Order: sequence, then structure tokens, then C-alpha cells
Amino acid sequence: MRKCSVYSLNSLLTFNQYVLNAYYGQDMALLKALEELHRLSREDFQRIPELAINPLGDRIINAFFPEGEDQVNFRGFMRTLAHFRPIEDNEKSKDVNGPEPLNSRSNKLHFAFRLYDLDKDDKISRDELLQVLRMMVGVNISDEQLGSIADRTIQEADQDGDSAISFTEFVKVLEKVDVEQKMSIRFLH
Amino acid sequence: MEGTELAVQVVGTWLALVLSLILLPSAFGVSLGISEVYMKILVKTLEWATLRIEKGSPKESALKISASGGIIQRDESPMEKGISGHRGRDFELSDVFYFSKKGFEAIVEDEVTQRFSSEELVSWNLLTRTNTNFHYISPRLTMVWVLGVLVRYCFLLPLRITLAFFGISLLVIGTTMVGQLPNSSIKNWLSELVHLTCCRICVRALSGTIHYHNKQYRPQKGGICVANHTSPIDVLILTTDGCYAMVGQVHGGLMGVIQRAMVKACPHVWFERSEMKDRHLVTERLREHIADKKKLPILIFPEGTCINNTSVMMFKKGSFEIGGTIYPVAIKYNPQFGDAFWNSSKYNMVNYLLRMMTSWAIVCDVWYLPPMTREENEDAVQFANRVKSAIAVQGGLTELPWDGGLKRAKVKETFKEEQQKNYSKMLVGNGSINTESS
Repeated sequence: MRKCSVYSLNSLLTFNQYVLNAYYGQDMALLKALEELHRLSREDFQRIPELAINPLGDRIINAFFPEGEDQVNFRGFMRTLAHFRPIEDNEKSKDVNGPEPLNSRSNKLHFAFRLYDLDKDDKISRDELLQVLRMMVGVNISDEQLGSIADRTIQEADQDGDSAISFTEFVKVLEKVDVEQKMSIRFLH
Repeated sequence: MEGTELAVQVVGTWLALVLSLILLPSAFGVSLGISEVYMKILVKTLEWATLRIEKGSPKESALKISASGGIIQRDESPMEKGISGHRGRDFELSDVFYFSKKGFEAIVEDEVTQRFSSEELVSWNLLTRTNTNFHYISPRLTMVWVLGVLVRYCFLLPLRITLAFFGISLLVIGTTMVGQLPNSSIKNWLSELVHLTCCRICVRALSGTIHYHNKQYRPQKGGICVANHTSPIDVLILTTDGCYAMVGQVHGGLMGVIQRAMVKACPHVWFERSEMKDRHLVTERLREHIADKKKLPILIFPEGTCINNTSVMMFKKGSFEIGGTIYPVAIKYNPQFGDAFWNSSKYNMVNYLLRMMTSWAIVCDVWYLPPMTREENEDAVQFANRVKSAIAVQGGLTELPWDGGLKRAKVKETFKEEQQKNYSKMLVGNGSINTESS
């Protein structure tokens, strides 16, 4: 099981369409071959300068690694990446009876929800919101101001009165947002 | 014995041929046209190979990455526009989308670290080392490839090594001899002659085809020449068309011998390792050098490290603080004939030179740009960026603000802090935060 640099995987990603079609088309042979070859660790991701300077870099890297594991294989990598596939691509591979594709609006929102939900209890608590906010603003905003931002956000979103944001409440707040445009990456051919 | 006599005869003929066909003409700057013929045959062969490959795999041509473009569509708008339409608005849960999309774009296509490894070719050029995505196409193509291997390793490689040996020995002997003469204009003229001859021989040793553009802007004495850096061969390429004073560290081994010999013939600026750390000392010595208008222009590579010739990375401001006139030069290699990039973490110098000598050829374009000087209201960093843009535009390279030092070091935390600051400014706006629910 060799470790490989993320860049060498970039050239594999030019076969993105092949692989994702294989995934949705359940081409197990191809997937099995690919998944045995490469593994990535957190250090591999941290070596990407543009990711290292991203305020939410650590949360994004975390999204790739399953619970308690330090390595992600190619299949897991592609699964996470698949969240950012444009929704319109689903028109081409319509499978009404299949599982909901990873890049559906709902799954994209779930991905964003998990960025906030640090302890994976399906709720965004005030504390978790504060921690993520702190990552995004650094040292430039005081605890008090940040606290009031967090309070306001929870107040607006919370509907069942538990002072936390559940996934349903999260979806409701973001119902007018163009998730497709903000959370999709288009490949050039 | 007959065996040794035969061997001596073969080697003798070989050397005589090399001498008459290559060395002597180089000394006089004359070309016999042999390399032009070679290049023509090579270009035709590679074109044929490209056509065969495209015919052989129609499906894959749909997935080809363009040579200089990216593989994803990137939204380069600044943070304010990316998160919302206007400034000074409140935090929303959707803000996280912006950062996560940027993060994923970086993962899918890392603009920075890809510059520290060789450029991927759009079409295979019949060298084993660039064969990453291409499969077996046809027996004819394979035969051509085998023929290529034989030609490169059994004919070209010995030839090139012979030439390189002659070139370097002549350089060392020549400069030592010229160094014995007293300082005079004859000494300078002879020194230039020795330099140019040996450089031409060394360029032939790599089957180099170099096109110089805009020779009227060639760097003058008392100036500083800056160029983008791809490999140690850059030095060879530039010195074939003019004489420069080199700047750099004193090395040991073969490089050290060459350096010491060169210094005897004309003044270069070599530093001890300890001296390189003292920025003021370095700046002072360089200033002294260019103040003397009779001394050769200094050659500096402000990127500080080798980049893979698809982009120009951050120019370190040190060279731009010295003052004087800057003569920018853009160097672009044609990757189809051989990859000139020195990946120093992968290959050492000897390995690298062997790879160079077993490529088809080194083909490059050199553009001399009009001289630039620092303007009144510009600081060294802005001036450096201006020069960098000019070089990038001329050479058709991407311009990146990232430091070439990221090859070995981690990126500084200050960049992340800058992003955090920008985001905070967006939230806080003109100093007030909306704490009441609207």
C-alpha cells in the first residue's frame, strides 16, 4: 500500500468522469483495482499550500477521514470529492431506483452541516458554532462579539427550542441559498 | 595486438571526427548544419508519433488536459464577492460554503506543488520517462521507440559526454591560462573568447537549439540580469550569448574547480556559505560590482530555486534592492524534446545531467526584455512583481505569488491570518455588529 502525493492523484482525477460513472454504474472491478493502490494521510493534504492557509483547512481535511482512521484510500477520497460534483451531472446518469447520489442538494447540505458538527451528534451546539467561527475569524474578533454572533445565528435557526441547530433546521435556514453554485466544482474538458 | 590496435584506431577516428565536425566550428561560432538536419528529422518523427497515438486512442483524447490550462473551472473573485454581494453583512451559516469550495479546489488542482515536478506532456514524445498515461498503440510506434532508445543511448550519449568533457576541460585550462595575463583589454577579449567557445561546445553537448529574441536588449555592463529559473542549464544558455558575472555560493568538487578557474579570468562574485546569510554584505558587494561600469552584468535568479517552467513564482526582493538597471530575460523550454527541469529532491546533479544527455534535444526560446528601473513610488517588492509580470507575459508562463521555497518549507501562518482578517472585516464591517434578530 504505497502512499502517494496528492498531486499524482490529480492526474487520476482527470479520469473523474470515468471513475464517478464507474461508481454510480457500480463498476466494482475498476473500483477495487483503484482502491487497493493508493492511500493518503493527513500530512499529504497539509502539504498543499492553498489548503494549509484555508481557515477551515483542518475541518476539510477531517471530512476525508473516516472515524478514528489516519488513512484514506482512493475510494474514500473520491466519495468525499463526489459531494462537489455539479448537480446537473445527475441528469446524465438517471437511476430512479438507486441510492441518492452524493452530490444531491440534500447531501451537499449534509456535508456542510458536518463541517460545523464537531462531535458528530447531529446537532450544532453553541460551543461548536463558536469553535468554527473562531477558526474563520482568527484573533480579529473578541469572544463577546463572537458569542453574540453565535447566539443570534442559533436564535434565528432554532425552531424546537433546544438551543442547537439540527439538520432539518439547518436545511430550512439555507432553503433560499443556491447550494448548487456554491458547492460545485466543474471540470473542464 | 590487433584488438587494441583496432580499438585505438576507432577511438582516434572518433575523436578526429568530433574535433573537425564539432569542436573547431564551435570555436569560430560557425555551424555546419548537422544539428539542423537532426532537429528536422526529429520534429517529423515526433509529429508522426503524435498522429499515431491520437488515431490509436480516440476516447482518451476527450480527456486530455490542455498544456497550460487547468482541469477545473475556478472562480477567482475576491472573498467579499465569493461569500455575498456586499461588505459589512452578518455571519450566515452558508459562509462555510466559500471556504470549503476553495479548499476542495485546492485539493483537486494544487496550483503550487505541481510546479515542483515535471510538466505533464499533452502528447508522448517517445521517451520512456514521460510515459505516464500512454499505452501500447502499435508495433510501428514501439519500433520507433526502440530505435530512439538505441540512438539516444548508444550514439548520442557517448558523443555528448565527449563534448562535455572537452568543453569543461577547455574552460578550466583556458581560464587558468588567461588568468596568468596582466589585466588589459586583451585579457578581457581572450577571456570572452574562451567563455563563448566552451559554452558553445557545452550547448552542443546537449544538442541545444536556442533562439534568442530581441538581441538589442541584451544586458549591458554594470547592470543586473534577472531570469526565471528552471535548471542549472539556464546559466549555460545565457552565457552562450554573452558574458555575465555569476553570483552564488562556493561549491566543492567539480563545480568548485570550475568556479575557481572562472574567477581567475574575470571577476565573478562568489560567496562563502557563511557570507550568504549576511544580507547587507551580499548587497554591498553586488553594489560595488555594478558600480564599476567595466565589469560584466550580474546574473541572478530571483526565484531562488528551480521551478518547472510552467510558471514564474515569487521573486525575492533582495536583487531588486541593489539599485541599478535590471535587464529581465524570459527563458522557455520546449518540453516536447526533453524535460529541462531539475527536480533536486528526486535527482542529484549527475543523474540530472545524464537525463539531459539522453533526451532528444534541449530546445528553448530566450527573450531579452527592455531594461527596467525602480520608479520613485515603488518599493522593492512592487518592483520585483512588475519585473516578474513582464517575464511571465513574454514567456507565456503563469504568474504565481507563491514562494519557490515552498518546495521544502511549509507555508507561513501569516497567509492564513490574512484570510481570517479579511473575513473578520466582512463581518464587522464599519465597526458594528447586528446583535438583534431582524
